[in-house]
Amino acid sequence: MPDFLQYEFMRNAFITGVLVSIACGIVGTLVVVNKLSFLAGGVAHAAYGGLGLATFLGISPVNGIIPFALGSSLLMGLVSRRNKERSDTVIGVMWAAGMAIGIILIDLKPGYYVDLMSYLFGSIMAVSLQNIFLMLLLDAIIISCVLFLYKEILGISYDEEFASISGIPARILYYIILMLIALTVIMLIQVVGLIMVIALFTIPASIAELFTKDLKRMMIMSSVLGMFFTITGLIISYSFNFTAGASIVISACAGYGLAVLLKKAVLKHRLQ
Amino acid sequence: MNSKDFCIECLNVTFSYGPNTVVKNASFSVAAGDFLGIIGPNGGGKTTLLRLILGVLKPDSGTIRLLGGDPIKTRVRAGYIPQETNLNKGFPISVHDVVMMGLTRSRGIGRFFTSDDKKRTDAILEQFGLLSFRKRAISDLSGGQRQKVLLARALVANPEILFLDEPTSSVDATGADDIYEYLQNINKNGTTVVLVTHNIGILSRYIKSVACINTEVFFHPDGKLDEHSINRTFGCAVDLIAHGVPHRVFHTHGETCNHA
Repeated sequence: MPDFLQYEFMRNAFITGVLVSIACGIVGTLVVVNKLSFLAGGVAHAAYGGLGLATFLGISPVNGIIPFALGSSLLMGLVSRRNKERSDTVIGVMWAAGMAIGIILIDLKPGYYVDLMSYLFGSIMAVSLQNIFLMLLLDAIIISCVLFLYKEILGISYDEEFASISGIPARILYYIILMLIALTVIMLIQVVGLIMVIALFTIPASIAELFTKDLKRMMIMSSVLGMFFTITGLIISYSFNFTAGASIVISACAGYGLAVLLKKAVLKHRLQ
Repeated sequence: MNSKDFCIECLNVTFSYGPNTVVKNASFSVAAGDFLGIIGPNGGGKTTLLRLILGVLKPDSGTIRLLGGDPIKTRVRAGYIPQETNLNKGFPISVHDVVMMGLTRSRGIGRFFTSDDKKRTDAILEQFGLLSFRKRAISDLSGGQRQKVLLARALVANPEILFLDEPTSSVDATGADDIYEYLQNINKNGTTVVLVTHNIGILSRYIKSVACINTEVFFHPDGKLDEHSINRTFGCAVDLIAHGVPHRVFHTHGETCNHA
């Protein structure tokens, strides 16, 4: 057993990394193919409002983040469906509003100090066993949704109009996808923090997309890539005493660079 | 003919996007077995009319019946080929999986496709000469091949009526002729075909009836276009190119036509 695995917090961090990567691989694929990464970033930042509320009310942070993430994703989805042309502006406003509400609510709690950094940049080394069980549950929800609704999700992602004419309730499916995004954001905030959520959503899925043109395979491939990046990042973090979230994101970014070069080399080889 | 013989019945249909009226007071009925061409200028409301008939959009006023009922319920019996520009062309999906989507209606929500669905998909791919492409990504195909894939997807579930929105805009002339010949064949076998196009040239060769739309709809059940409705639709006399059958294209101004 490598020496870093003798610590419980490191073992928990590895388990968390694996659980989060499964969610990121599946939901990140949906984010990438549906071009929802701005919305996902918006949900992550708006969720900060929930952290502020939880601090203000003196309840567990997760209990504030969950309703804020779910609520803001549904609201952003609703508004951007009504007004497709301006959806980026609306999401941008809610993105900022959520953060501002969070900061002010924390200001209103005089003398209270919350470790903001751990939510901005993540605290994978400090994930509780209880949160690991929560992530297990969220993974189970995500996997069963995508397993049983695969043909519907594929249908509306590729061609919503055709899908709805074929009898798929497109709007409900769209909101299910948004809810899956919100659930994944809730997990990710604890691992890499809200600022770097986008990285784990988009990088593994974008790499997978370079090598497969099948949505199922893309989900599996990006889950595996996510596990590789989180584990590599944790080892880097442990070895050099760097912040874990940043180490994970750096390893994912390096992986993306390598993948693009590899893809180019493969294409060149085929042409010759 | 009683109303059961009509596939599409529109009565006083009006639809607006905000302050812009796109379809105004449209009334017409399309008989079963028809081959209808919907023509009109850009922004004239062709695609909107199609979306109204398919229940994707709801009219502000008026009623629409498709295959004898509410489009929301009956549209699963229709085939549809959307305008290709609305599709996410780089989407990671294989040719086989695109075509199999056409069978969604026969499987309930949350049910998996069966091996029979896969066989039906392969059968129609073979019919279109696309079987060797079945595993290929849709983004690797040429415009003409992609259009055939979308046609196969619309036809795999044997629809009673087929709607096509500018199906040949990214296809070369030979490819377009192939598609029209195919449509004419399935129309002869009893499928009603509704084709949105800005290519008036193809009308005389393949279609049986015409609807001109520029906010208002002028329906010609006999397929004869006259200068009057062309003027009303396009705002000026349009250069009409007739392939073959000259008698059905150029009619003089005074001649009767069925404005619905």
